[in-house]
Amino acid sequence: MTEQQSSRSEYWKTNLRIIAWCMALWALVSMVFGILLVQPLNAIEIGGYKLGFWFAQQGSIYVFIGIIFFYAWRMNKLDRQYDVYED
Amino acid sequence: MDLQTLSFIAVGLTFAIYIGIAIWAKAGSTSEFYVAGKGINPVANGMATAADWMSAASFISMAGLIAFLGYSGGAYLMGWTGGYVLMALLLAPYLRKFGKFTVPEFIGDRFYSKTARVVAVISLLVMSITYVIGQMRGVGIAFSNILQVDLTVGLVSGMVIVFIYAVFGGMKGITYTQIAQYVIMIFAYTVPAVFISLQLTGNPLPQLGLGSTVDDGRHLLQALDQTLVDLGFAAYTSVGTSMTQMNMFLLTISLMIGTAGLPHVIVRFFTVPRIRDARKSAGWALVFIAILYTTAPAVGAMAMWNLLNTVQPGEVGTEEGNLRFDDKPDWMERWERTGLLAFEDKNEDGRIQYYNDRNPEFAAMAEQEYGWEGSEITRIDRDIMVLANPEIAGLPNWVIALVAAGGIAAALSTAAGLLLAISSSISHDLLKGTFTPNISQKSELLAARISMGGAILLAGYLGLNPPGFAAEVVALAFGLAAASLFPTLMMGIFFKKMNKEGAIAGMLAGLTTTLVYIFLYKGWFFFPQTAMLPDNPDGWILGINPTGFGVIGAIINFAVAYGVSKVTAPPPDHIQHLVESVRVPRAD
Repeated sequence: MTEQQSSRSEYWKTNLRIIAWCMALWALVSMVFGILLVQPLNAIEIGGYKLGFWFAQQGSIYVFIGIIFFYAWRMNKLDRQYDVYED
Repeated sequence: MDLQTLSFIAVGLTFAIYIGIAIWAKAGSTSEFYVAGKGINPVANGMATAADWMSAASFISMAGLIAFLGYSGGAYLMGWTGGYVLMALLLAPYLRKFGKFTVPEFIGDRFYSKTARVVAVISLLVMSITYVIGQMRGVGIAFSNILQVDLTVGLVSGMVIVFIYAVFGGMKGITYTQIAQYVIMIFAYTVPAVFISLQLTGNPLPQLGLGSTVDDGRHLLQALDQTLVDLGFAAYTSVGTSMTQMNMFLLTISLMIGTAGLPHVIVRFFTVPRIRDARKSAGWALVFIAILYTTAPAVGAMAMWNLLNTVQPGEVGTEEGNLRFDDKPDWMERWERTGLLAFEDKNEDGRIQYYNDRNPEFAAMAEQEYGWEGSEITRIDRDIMVLANPEIAGLPNWVIALVAAGGIAAALSTAAGLLLAISSSISHDLLKGTFTPNISQKSELLAARISMGGAILLAGYLGLNPPGFAAEVVALAFGLAAASLFPTLMMGIFFKKMNKEGAIAGMLAGLTTTLVYIFLYKGWFFFPQTAMLPDNPDGWILGINPTGFGVIGAIINFAVAYGVSKVTAPPPDHIQHLVESVRVPRAD
């Protein structure tokens, strides 16, 4: 394996790890907080919102936006680090 | 000025804007026609994507859907937004790096197979054409119900406008029109929502209003829960009442995967200049989408609250508690005339009772104690929750006119995106890519314009003669996108060893199982009399609702593709290099 190839494969592995963390958060707020754990979370109230209900109808969407911008920012950093940033 | 005149001015003005854009943005090459020359700013593309994505269903129907589903309506909110996370992380940057014009083109090149490309074109055509029918219905509703114009006149004028900017401008014209349409649609959606939220809760932000208190100091959601329970319905925030938690889970994932697999949305990310723009642009798209999607649940709950309080202003069960037929507000009279709302004084007491007469215990009690003989709102179309909103809130006529223009903008922007996906798959994938590879760029551009014109005519025809199954097909489009395109695209990027045999077998397996499962319950090719199993929780295999089957189809696609690829030859070296280069933004 050439030096470039091993650097590329390292870049890809790091990318996969970042994706995995982002996807875990994505599943946590929607599938887990919004659906699977909705009953226990509904016992907590924030303002007039039951927390589980809030995740299902509001909260997940805000977190989704955060995940995408975080990923874009993190990948720009990674691209620079591995010198594959576009000009 | 009367409503009719105002509405015509509003709709006419927006049409003039679209035509102006068409004259300004004319496509001169195939690259401009298919992907707007890859020169769209990522924020602008985000806005265009939002308009492309948010259809007549999002604008007109979603809030009403949530109003009647309550908590479980969250499946649609999370499903239709969570798909953008998948798009941004798993597809958009890599497909943009590949740098071609269409989604089937990637599948054909990556799996070195014209068969794979044609299978992808077929699923693209099925899902896009079915989806377009829904948009035409939306244009029809906006014209005939809000503007009270003849459906044919409305549809034909809409088609002419799309024809002008889509045939001449291609993706370039569509993009700039979608940006204008987004602005119109979001303004039309949020203005009534802000006023209603202010009136009910004193909070101008509907997202916060939904969690605020109403006049008597109770929280809106609590009060809504209470009133619904008093009338025999399930509480608004109750879990597992309008669908089981398992089906909500499956539906949410299926909608997410389906969203990420819709080709007309994916190609929007082909129009930005760089890979990092594709990542960022998906974020902006979701910001613009979220403005409407976080407002919709508030609109749904508040419209439900307004409806219940209009019909049941006093205590449940007291004689004076219900609205007298003679006191019906104007908006009820007006919507009764469109047939979307209907009343019947079943117990002939001159007052309207709206309650859950399908709850046997409550119905029996209500009959004995209150003398109620059935719910007297005999038909309530859920679209009313958005369409009648400005009137319910007592807003001036220009706001109603704006809602009409917004609904039409939502339908046309999505229709244009779908029509582009349809026409480019015909001219670029079928003609240039498969049957007549030697045509010049100029003739391909002409072919693209002709197929765009043809697609518009087909959509117009289907809009005027909607097949009876229009309502069912959106579920089909998402199921197919989830089960066929998304897994194949993802494997093309993430599994270097995935070969053409695996991809084709997987796509076909995902497609057929999903189609068969839907047809078993909805009827073969949607002829209801051919349904083989009852479409209710008892008839569903393992209790799985056909609308949530997409994710199962996707899993079957993955499993079959993986199995077949293990026992057949790995892809050739140059394909494996292609995959490596797609994974890196600046590859050599």
